[in-house]
Amino acid sequence: MAEQYSGPVVFSDLEPYDALKKVLTKKKIDVLSEIRASNLRGRGGAGFPTGIKWNLAATAKDDKKYVVCNADEGEPGTFKDRVLLLEMPERLFEGMVIAAYAIGADEGFVYLRGEYHSFFPELEKILQKMRDDKALGANIFGKDGFHFDIQIRMGAGAYVCGEETALIESMEGQRGEPRNRPPFPVNTGYNGCPTIVNNIETFVNVPQIMARGADWFKGFGTEKSAGTKLLSVSGDCERPGVYEVEYGISIQDVLNLVGAKDVQAVQVGGASGICLAPKDFGRVIAFEDVPTGGSFMVFNSSRRMLDAAENFLEFFKEESCGQCTPCREGIPVLIEGLKQIRSGMCGTEYFEDLESLCETMRLASKCGLGQSVPNAFLSILDNFQNEYELVSK
Amino acid sequence: MNNAFDTDTSRAPVSQRRQTTAPTDPNDLGAMVTAVIDDVPIKVPYGTTILEAARKVGIRIPTLCHHDDLCVAGVCRICVVEVEGQRTLQASCAYPIFDSIRVKTFTPRVRRARANIINLMLRNHYGECYSCSKNGTCELQKYAEEYGVTEFKFGHTDKPRYEIDTSSYSLTRDMDKCILCKRCVRTCIDLQEVGALEAVHRGARTRIETYLDKPLDSVICINCGQCVNRCPTGALREKDSTEAIWRAIDDPSKHVIIQTAPSPRAAIGEEFGLEPGHSMTKQLNTALKRAGFDAVFDTNFTADLTILEEGTELLLRLKKALAEKDSSVALPQITSCSPGWVKFCEHFFPDYLDHLSTAKSPQQMFGAIVKTWYAKRNHIDPANIVSVSLMPCTAKKFECERPEMHDSGFQDVDFALTTRELGNMIKKCGMDLPGLPESDFDDPLGIGSGAGLIFGATGGVMEAAIRTAYEIVTGQEVPFEKLRVEPVRGMQGIRSAELPITKTVDDWKFLEGAVLKVLVAHGTANARKIMEMLAAGELAEYHFIEIMACPGGCIGGGGQPLPTNLEIRKARARAIYSEDESLSLRKSHENPIVKTIYEEFLTEGPCGHKSHELLHTGYTKRGKKIG
Repeated sequence: MAEQYSGPVVFSDLEPYDALKKVLTKKKIDVLSEIRASNLRGRGGAGFPTGIKWNLAATAKDDKKYVVCNADEGEPGTFKDRVLLLEMPERLFEGMVIAAYAIGADEGFVYLRGEYHSFFPELEKILQKMRDDKALGANIFGKDGFHFDIQIRMGAGAYVCGEETALIESMEGQRGEPRNRPPFPVNTGYNGCPTIVNNIETFVNVPQIMARGADWFKGFGTEKSAGTKLLSVSGDCERPGVYEVEYGISIQDVLNLVGAKDVQAVQVGGASGICLAPKDFGRVIAFEDVPTGGSFMVFNSSRRMLDAAENFLEFFKEESCGQCTPCREGIPVLIEGLKQIRSGMCGTEYFEDLESLCETMRLASKCGLGQSVPNAFLSILDNFQNEYELVSK
Repeated sequence: MNNAFDTDTSRAPVSQRRQTTAPTDPNDLGAMVTAVIDDVPIKVPYGTTILEAARKVGIRIPTLCHHDDLCVAGVCRICVVEVEGQRTLQASCAYPIFDSIRVKTFTPRVRRARANIINLMLRNHYGECYSCSKNGTCELQKYAEEYGVTEFKFGHTDKPRYEIDTSSYSLTRDMDKCILCKRCVRTCIDLQEVGALEAVHRGARTRIETYLDKPLDSVICINCGQCVNRCPTGALREKDSTEAIWRAIDDPSKHVIIQTAPSPRAAIGEEFGLEPGHSMTKQLNTALKRAGFDAVFDTNFTADLTILEEGTELLLRLKKALAEKDSSVALPQITSCSPGWVKFCEHFFPDYLDHLSTAKSPQQMFGAIVKTWYAKRNHIDPANIVSVSLMPCTAKKFECERPEMHDSGFQDVDFALTTRELGNMIKKCGMDLPGLPESDFDDPLGIGSGAGLIFGATGGVMEAAIRTAYEIVTGQEVPFEKLRVEPVRGMQGIRSAELPITKTVDDWKFLEGAVLKVLVAHGTANARKIMEMLAAGELAEYHFIEIMACPGGCIGGGGQPLPTNLEIRKARARAIYSEDESLSLRKSHENPIVKTIYEEFLTEGPCGHKSHELLHTGYTKRGKKIG
């Protein structure tokens, strides 16, 4: 596996604290404008414009605000945040400090995936060093009145806690269950206070943008998807690993990059993402075409894709929080339906019922988890009709 | 938010509490926003939910997890609607309107989603409607019919997955009928702050459990039955006693008497299709006699007796504390007639039980009197008396089974029936209650005052006590128009009142110039607040506190007709207060039977030796230890 990471934005060098020191000479509103101008969008998967999110939190009226880093990397097939936590935690924390400055927060949290508990001591050490450097704590780098510190909170392994409101619930000590939105965390987040929750990769982009400017950042990627994306490539290929690619790269180009041959399918976006067949390999990684949180799984022609579909559904069955009906009760029905399909017992009428259920899950589930369960199921059934046959009726 | 409580009394988990209120209006101008719902425009206050706005224009959106008394959940998803500009459907119960929006409530996508959701709920909903206690009143059944569910599209379990928990004297839990709406959880944690029920496990394994999945009688449950009042299906219900009562009625050797409490009388009409707020006292007397009860008595009689005993106890405590300067006296004194509240106190505040009045509840005083004085007077062997009570309450079932409630030499009250159970018994007899002729209670335990009657509403015990105590101490009527002690009435969660005492009679001179300070609370969440203040020494100036376990007091009890909400509880309270004013006898101490019993039987007077033997009790320091 390639361990030398390189890339034009995330993996490019930057002197620690350069960006932060520059930021502290600016007005908050100018920092917000710069981020907005960069068109940076959330790297966790949903792609919400970071500048708008920060702006909403900045303008929310409250004495107390929070910056939270979502380090609960749990999507099957993604491991790029792990690399960032190991390779450039300082830059992540620096990005959080900049966010805190921009929105007026004085407390920050890293919600760290339970399985990453072994990183905890090293991350703590780095936070302590930043405090010693005056990059955290009271009056950061001598900036009067700008206080900010970061604590690490451990997750306990629940996939759904990567959903930002479930993450906040978990931080508050409740069951990790997503909240109703609206209202959004930018108004009523942690402890009811305005809170921004961003992915590690999003924060890591921030110091680069602030140091080199929004225009420089927009020089990468497509018009609607500025910058680069880290992909966690796994599966049937010669060189799996973490790659920084520019938005706009085609699926086929990624496959070439990682040495994948005889590919019949790529699952982009993990269990909640979609399955692409060769006819789609000309499509590009971008918010406007194939968005992804980073997971890129390659399947060669020896794989049976209905196996993959079942595997994803079993995963969701384990990880659904269980509060809303469509997700909790719908997933077991899809699993049962898939079994019938595979055994050749599924009639066309029941298949239509399943499709209707998928629509309901997509539209009526409370959070993104339930809403995205049908993605893999439907795209695999659609692309790999050669693997099954329906009984008429 | 149509909540019985002030928002600041809620101590639900932060997230749930926050979800009940929208973020503050940014302009803080009390702004109105426009919603267009199914092409009908309406202006609503900023932050109003789509569901509330739709109700205002007469559009009914189906709901299951939503309940007007509870904080928002947004989990059942049956109330989803289309909001213009939103990719997905939105739960109307949880969607606050912050800006002008257009909503469609019954598009094809919405109708398909609702039908699918109902089908999903029915997958694991084991059992048949015709054998369910909620047949006809089940909310899930209603929507299944409405959305044309004629087959189980996604399957239906034919085997039970759980055992029915019948361990509690008061409640039964049948988790095979649970649809995980969590109304019971929110009721128990948020509304009542007991926390006996919680969701455990995740995903398809999610279920509602007690602590360590122990039977309900072995966990901290106060039997208030508020969860039953809010369960949309037959998963939670009271322990049914009707068969045992039919057996007693059918047994000619048994003398079956029933006492009826005022709250069920003010609500039972709802079981027969009446609007809330009609008292059926006299029709009910007819129904009960026709159904075969040997005698029909009025719990208000022992409510009056409670006032004499409890009021005297208070005055004695005050005398000890104020005149004799005895600092060991526990003041303020707190009422003890709500068995849900008593058990709450035994579990959560066991060190403060000496504040509870030792006077039994009216139900239990009645039981003790019936199997002693009444039996002797009427030459009936108490062993052959079956003493039944009609109560608005599920906790009363637990109360009559308490081992200490045997002071007559027998179990003082054999069965406590809820309003719903008795409604069913009457229906079984083919009687239409509202159409029955009126008749009176039987002698001699059929006379109760209006003061006893208003026990049913929160503040009623306090009002009754003030009407009597004030008169005992000053020799004059309470200084309120038409005896309405307004400061203790209402639905605010906690209310306080002060009453200056002047022109005292000789026996009570030490109270001259004193100001009687009282508190009233309903719902155990408010009780907890009071007790925490008491524990912190903040209530030293108060003399008497009324606490009722249920929201609204007994009229909102766990055994009352469904549904419940603040408006319904207010209507029942109005029925009780107006019935009080229609009576000529409105003070407990003027009740002639009360006078008789003190002359003939309890000859040492209130709080005398015999009273202590029969009408007073003690409490158990239960704490939080779970058996």
